[in-house]
Amino acid sequence: MKPLLTVSGLKTHFFTDEGVVRSVDGVSFIVSEGETIGIVGESGSGKSVTALSIMNLLPYKKGKIVEGDIMFQDQSLVGLKPKEMRAIRGNDIAMIFQEPMTSLNPGYTIGDQISEAIRLHKKVRRKEARKRSVDLLTEVGIPNAERMVDEYPHKLSGGMRQRVMIAMALACDPKLLIADEPTTALDVTIQAQILELIQKLKNDSNTSILMITHDLAVVSEVCDRVIVMYAGRVVEEASVKEIFESPSHPYTKGLIDSIPSIDVEVEWLKTIKGNVPIPSQMPTGCKFSPRCQYAMERCTKEEPELTRFESGQKSRCFLAKEVKDETTIIRSQELEVALSD
Amino acid sequence: MESTSEVIKPVEIKAAKKPLWLEGWKRIKRQRSAMFGLSIVLFFILIGILAPVLTSYPYDGFYPDRTLIPPGEEHWFGTDDQGRDIFSRIVFGARISLWIGFFSVIGSIIVGCLLGLIAGFYGKWADSIISRFFDIMLAFPSILLAIAIVAILGPSLFNALIAIAIINIPTYGRLIRSRVLSVKEEEYIMSARSIGMSDIRILFQHILPNSITPIIVQGTLGIATAILEAAALGFLGLGAQPGEPEWGKMLADSRQFLTVAPWTLLFPGFAIMLTVVGFNMFGDGLRDALDPKMK
Repeated sequence: MKPLLTVSGLKTHFFTDEGVVRSVDGVSFIVSEGETIGIVGESGSGKSVTALSIMNLLPYKKGKIVEGDIMFQDQSLVGLKPKEMRAIRGNDIAMIFQEPMTSLNPGYTIGDQISEAIRLHKKVRRKEARKRSVDLLTEVGIPNAERMVDEYPHKLSGGMRQRVMIAMALACDPKLLIADEPTTALDVTIQAQILELIQKLKNDSNTSILMITHDLAVVSEVCDRVIVMYAGRVVEEASVKEIFESPSHPYTKGLIDSIPSIDVEVEWLKTIKGNVPIPSQMPTGCKFSPRCQYAMERCTKEEPELTRFESGQKSRCFLAKEVKDETTIIRSQELEVALSD
Repeated sequence: MESTSEVIKPVEIKAAKKPLWLEGWKRIKRQRSAMFGLSIVLFFILIGILAPVLTSYPYDGFYPDRTLIPPGEEHWFGTDDQGRDIFSRIVFGARISLWIGFFSVIGSIIVGCLLGLIAGFYGKWADSIISRFFDIMLAFPSILLAIAIVAILGPSLFNALIAIAIINIPTYGRLIRSRVLSVKEEEYIMSARSIGMSDIRILFQHILPNSITPIIVQGTLGIATAILEAAALGFLGLGAQPGEPEWGKMLADSRQFLTVAPWTLLFPGFAIMLTVVGFNMFGDGLRDALDPKMK
């Protein structure tokens, strides 16, 4: 598969009054054509900032890419002139946001807003843009699109608005779709519908998707590969299967363990103790070490490199192999138990 | 009701593109005081338009044979010391007052909005410079500033309009700046950026329309203030020139006849009061209708 987006050694820092916040600190990954990649992490892990860095939409003058490169096809997106970046945004790379309720301008009809996304990049007549808007709305599953195209956003529910946002993002057939927690603000049944829609888009077109989420269920639903981020770093990268069956980083293991199981009854759900470290109190060595049940003395002194397994799974842990072996055994035991029941 | 008909005949409901202002209008219509204010305003506009038809005497000139006639059948509002028909002057004066009110407010809104948009959107030094400029202007009592401006430009009705427009710029500028500051953080601005829209387009297509509501309200109330300010400048002899039937000027010219011929002051005074009340009532209603949060 041809790589579509290559992020290498990306460092995005925020310059605030309290000092420099290293939101993204040396992140590298590749999104291939037609692939769906999930970026998972807690709040503050830097996953959204990674997305905004790719889109070049960092908050005006506060956030800055200080190092690293973002290659899209054969073009570097870092240091592109605003005008050149605008030609890419919405056309080649589109984005869906977390809050469908507020992501549409209340003052224009949804048809006008989708048409606008089309007309910004393609020279088409108003009428044609409108016709395409209706087609897009039908495509994303809005009933009675012919009529809905003239409705204002406040007449639509959250799920419907997220569909409109997706239609808007798809307006110019982007090669890469970045979805920043597209289901977080929706209730569970709607979440499933939106995921189904994204799944359908994935099957129907060759669009690559970068799915940013903190919800592992979403990942298992739509992604091919998963990147786990912690405190601005990639701590693990693996296929979806490997992430769930044999995670090799204690943090990933913790995330998987904290998912309630339908088979096993427990009094307390498992959690990862502690919080993501605040920027001013970043631990030395491995950033996860203060919360890690496997932490050794070495972990507090030096930071592990991303080690690569044969399968392509990568983990930023000195004990990557041990953790992977342990989780593999636990999983197979659990499977046996589940089967014997 | 609508939902049942929708279930039975879903196809028949046609796409009705109802503009947003129509909903605002519906809400204003329900407010009695606003509608009362609007009717006063419309009444004066109508009078201004129909002025030549309504009057049978010229509003200007000197007629020694009929000075200071009290209101009666011949002259409804009486005549002043020059023998001019006060009714004619008030009717023609409506044109002047409304003209000054509208255009000075439109002028301040255009300049104020541009400055406010730039200050709010670009921030940093642009904001510092523009905001300090507003602060400096607001440090002067507005009528004093207007007097100073007219003194520089020379007294005339048009220069009074310019002065009134200038002194009101900070009101609108600050109002829109504060709106822009909150609107630019809205998610739909980010989503407009994400589809590749340029800053200028975002500013005028997304931020301005979403920030303009309080300006419309303030503008309506501002017309009343502008009319008062024009009258004040006229009263001081800095606005309308002798002969021009400006209401404030009429008050100034007749104040010595307060005891002998009170009608010379009463009618222009009433005219000013009524228009100002009309615009204020309409403006308050607009605010209630368009900006529910302000209640």
